[in-house]
Amino acid sequence: MGELEKLAYDLRKDTVDMIVSGKAGHIGGDMSVMEILVELYFDQMNISPENKDDPNRDLFVLSKGHSVESYYSVLAKKGFFDIKEAIDTFSKFGSKYIGHPNNKIPGIEMNSGSLGHGLPVGVGMALASKMDNRKNRVYVVMGDGELAEGSVWEGAMSASQYKLDNLCAVVDRNRLQISGTTEEVMGQDDLHDRFRSFGWNVIDVEDGNSIEQLKMAFDKAKSVVGKPTVLIANTVKGKGSSVMENNVSWHHHVPTEEEYSQIIKDFQIRKEVF
Amino acid sequence: MANIANKKAICDLLLEKAKTDKDIVVLCSDSRGSASLAPFFEEFPQQSVETGIAEQDLVGISAGLAKCGKKPFAASPASFITTRSYEQCKVDVAYSNTNVTLIGISGGVSYGALGMSHHSAQDIAAMAAIPGMRVYFPSDHFQTTKLMEALLKDEKPSYVRVGRNAVPEIYSEDNCTFEIDKANILSEGKDVAIIACGEMVYEALEAAKALKEEGILATVVDMYCLKPLDEDTIIKVTKDVKAVITIEEHSPYGGLGSMVSQVVGENNPKLVVNMSLPDAPVITGTSSEVFDYYGLNKEGIVKKVKEIIK
Repeated sequence: MGELEKLAYDLRKDTVDMIVSGKAGHIGGDMSVMEILVELYFDQMNISPENKDDPNRDLFVLSKGHSVESYYSVLAKKGFFDIKEAIDTFSKFGSKYIGHPNNKIPGIEMNSGSLGHGLPVGVGMALASKMDNRKNRVYVVMGDGELAEGSVWEGAMSASQYKLDNLCAVVDRNRLQISGTTEEVMGQDDLHDRFRSFGWNVIDVEDGNSIEQLKMAFDKAKSVVGKPTVLIANTVKGKGSSVMENNVSWHHHVPTEEEYSQIIKDFQIRKEVF
Repeated sequence: MANIANKKAICDLLLEKAKTDKDIVVLCSDSRGSASLAPFFEEFPQQSVETGIAEQDLVGISAGLAKCGKKPFAASPASFITTRSYEQCKVDVAYSNTNVTLIGISGGVSYGALGMSHHSAQDIAAMAAIPGMRVYFPSDHFQTTKLMEALLKDEKPSYVRVGRNAVPEIYSEDNCTFEIDKANILSEGKDVAIIACGEMVYEALEAAKALKEEGILATVVDMYCLKPLDEDTIIKVTKDVKAVITIEEHSPYGGLGSMVSQVVGENNPKLVVNMSLPDAPVITGTSSEVFDYYGLNKEGIVKKVKEIIK
């Protein structure tokens, strides 16, 4: 009990180390999405370095590609590559570990970075599985600020048109984006209704940083027939340390030495709760 | 044989190949009629995807299908599939290296009087500037068929532009030399090299015939492969001629003329005249009226050649 919760904090440390080493990274969103990635990769999805080319593997698209640092940490832990290499070279000259996902890195299916691309791509993947009668599932993780992109809603329309119950989207609803709160920038407090009106099954995850709640939601989504599911995961931007939490200036910020030691201390304290 | 639109040749080939290749998927954005792909949707509904009028979705879905082993052919008006969904072409198709064939139908000024919103005079420039994207403008239906057969055999992204109308035949059943990414030299002459793509190839050939009667010998090249550009052929055919003409249904910027000029300038410096659409909304009319107005036809080429070859 509590293993994945603890793991999320270990991977937070890897992520922050990567950001400090590379002197770059979208740290706030990395922290908010961590439990979503951990629950998917270490509990829900059938994916590993051994089956990465198996057509029956589960598929994942990180549409909010700027959270690539936490994604690298998770993939390295899954054994796709060495975390040390990622930390040492991230964002540096000539590195293959660039600031957004690209599929030359083992474990990454699709390149992303420009927002609003993941859902249509996920629809294509889910359609391919339906065409070939495969039982695998497709997961797309989006940011909440990203939902202002029109292409998200094009994808949402086609997912319900084609009754893609093998597609599960997740919104990392951390309520902050570069310019301020999502509600100030482009409000979406009726998000659940929006997705419902597009024909989606909507599951609210009250605490989107709770492994237990995410697990329940993902499990429930699997039993839904005839429509796609979206998890609206209410997360905390900068989750894990009071230095960063709910602070818009940590959208992309490299911790100072002082901030770093406080953050790592906070991670340790939070981890011990589990 | 009656003239056949290149888009029909695409549908015919896909209909034939899909009988045995269940991974072929055709996608349209409410464009199956204009793409002449309605027969495919009827014959293979399980291998057809309609996205509605949503070109970004069209291209993103295609990339997702390709990632899972499908061979998607996404057909939508050239103006929309290249610029409305430009970023999906760049990130989801080219950058992610997915096996998607983007088919721009009713390319160039095919839509004539519908205006600039419906014209695609910048698709060579736009698509060729994307690393990893190949760009093809086949000239007739025989070549279109050969091109599609070749594209079905590889797994790389590509963009193919075809026009709306039936075009005159350049090749024939028995005589359609085709090697992927290798331009075709249709006639050889020592005075001038006319390098054309798409619907302009026929005009170039007709011009060469007329020029011959006046004692001017023209080399004519069908440069259907704009990217990767067949530089070897350009260097070869421009080496000994007095001047070079390029002609294309495209903006003067970043198209065939620009590309050929770069290669000639570096390798065989000499006069290169680019014939193209203007850098402006084109005059209202059918595509042939538009071509005639801007001299993008046999007569225009003949006139231009005589001006520059003294």
